[in-house]
Amino acid sequence: MIQFFVEALQYDFMRNALLAGILVSIVCGVIGTYVVVKRIVFVSGGVAHTAYGGVGLAYFLGFNPTLGAILFSLGAAFGMGWVHRKTRQRADTIIGVMWALGMALGIIFLDLTPGYKADLMSYLFGSILAVPTGDLWLMLIMNVLIITVVILFYKELLAVAFDEQYALVENVPVDWIYMLLMGMIGLSVVMLMRVVGLIMVIALLTIPAAISAMYLRDLKKMMVLASVLGMVFTFVGLFLSYTLNLTSGASIILVAGAAYLASLFVQTRKQSG
Amino acid sequence: MDVQPKKEVITIKDLCAGYDNEPVLEHVNLTVYEHDFIGLIGPNGGGKTTLIKVLLGLIPPRCGEVRIMGLPVEKGRKYLGYVPQILEFDREFPIRVWDVVRMGRLRKRRIFHPYKQEDNDQVEEALRAVDLLDEAQRPLGELSGGMRQRVYIARALASEAEIMLLDEPTSSVDPQISTSIFELLHSLNEKMTILMITHNMSAVSAYTKTVGCINRTLHYHGGKELTNEMLEATYQCPVDLIAHGLPHRVFPSHPGDEA
Repeated sequence: MIQFFVEALQYDFMRNALLAGILVSIVCGVIGTYVVVKRIVFVSGGVAHTAYGGVGLAYFLGFNPTLGAILFSLGAAFGMGWVHRKTRQRADTIIGVMWALGMALGIIFLDLTPGYKADLMSYLFGSILAVPTGDLWLMLIMNVLIITVVILFYKELLAVAFDEQYALVENVPVDWIYMLLMGMIGLSVVMLMRVVGLIMVIALLTIPAAISAMYLRDLKKMMVLASVLGMVFTFVGLFLSYTLNLTSGASIILVAGAAYLASLFVQTRKQSG
Repeated sequence: MDVQPKKEVITIKDLCAGYDNEPVLEHVNLTVYEHDFIGLIGPNGGGKTTLIKVLLGLIPPRCGEVRIMGLPVEKGRKYLGYVPQILEFDREFPIRVWDVVRMGRLRKRRIFHPYKQEDNDQVEEALRAVDLLDEAQRPLGELSGGMRQRVYIARALASEAEIMLLDEPTSSVDPQISTSIFELLHSLNEKMTILMITHNMSAVSAYTKTVGCINRTLHYHGGKELTNEMLEATYQCPVDLIAHGLPHRVFPSHPGDEA
């Protein structure tokens, strides 16, 4: 496998793929940790799927689909975040409906768009092997942005994640901090879209953090371990996809999923025995 | 008894509150004085939690007025140290005791203002006061119920609150532990005012200075013991409760007492 990576570095597309894997893994580790500990996996899944509506709209109106995805995922993040916080009943139903509605909108917009839509599948299933250098820069900027925000608002994010009610009593602007977190989830979703596709975004966002949570009881350490795990999963998945000629996004998710099930098994054995 | 008139720290006048179309509290009046240790008991669904939420500014009153240190709740709640029910906590959450207690300092350190040495000193002092300094680096989820309750009390202390507001402080700990918690509160009461809300009758009266009953309305007369009238008005069926082993000490045993 080492030989594979040495050889791989000679190719531009492989270098880009590995770099994209690193950048995306850092975001997954940091934001995924919040998603897991705050138990908003479902909301994040909704955000990811709704972004497809933005891809469809962009095709229909003829602008950059990534931009469309950003618009829709941010909109969905704020909308679903608001629903999740403010409606006491049936928040999961409303989010489920928005989730499906976003996807349906995307499909209908694409139906209405004439012509052949070549790279459409890449938004749904990812295409880490086709990340252009320009996108890498965009990813780097998003990385820097997200990490800066997390450092600046660390104590408030921790307070809101741990106990919203207490944070409010301490005069933390809970609504704003929560929406900031949702906004970062929205941006992460778009970054992940390139690598594993919208359908599987939620797996890469949550699996590394979920595994870390089994072994660590410290938020910062969880973020670091989750980032490293994300990189390992992307690299191994990439290797498998390249050598066995499989879809890259799905290979990455399979590796991550297998690791999750394995550590769940180990963890359950440890607790019972 | 007192030479000087006591300072009013919380004043509730003719308060009504509730959710949607359901009134939970009606015409509640309560004055809390400095260094009071009040235990309010009431059945579940009787408005205990609603009263706490109103005091914390989490739900607005429908009518009436609430003032803390003479200020409206949003401003006055900075004097409150809130100790929530430990049951509502997610045991899996990756956080250490130290970090939980330091959250009490958030009100002093707003956004973009990192914690300082002074905050760490306060956290240390608070943890020492509840005898948990040795556990500072342990994950909260590993602690027993009684210890977690003390962590939350430490958090309220770290916030330099003047009034401690406790929601069911002994709801899920065994009797020995709850005794030690009450002893801790009793010693803290020398420096601060304590208002505690519980459905556990045996929790009040032994350590509290005054008791009241709450069920939609509040029956509080600044007295030390629960009277039959208060219980009857609150629970409607006092006989039934006595049959289930209500501790005798909450009943007036000395008719000539200060109550």
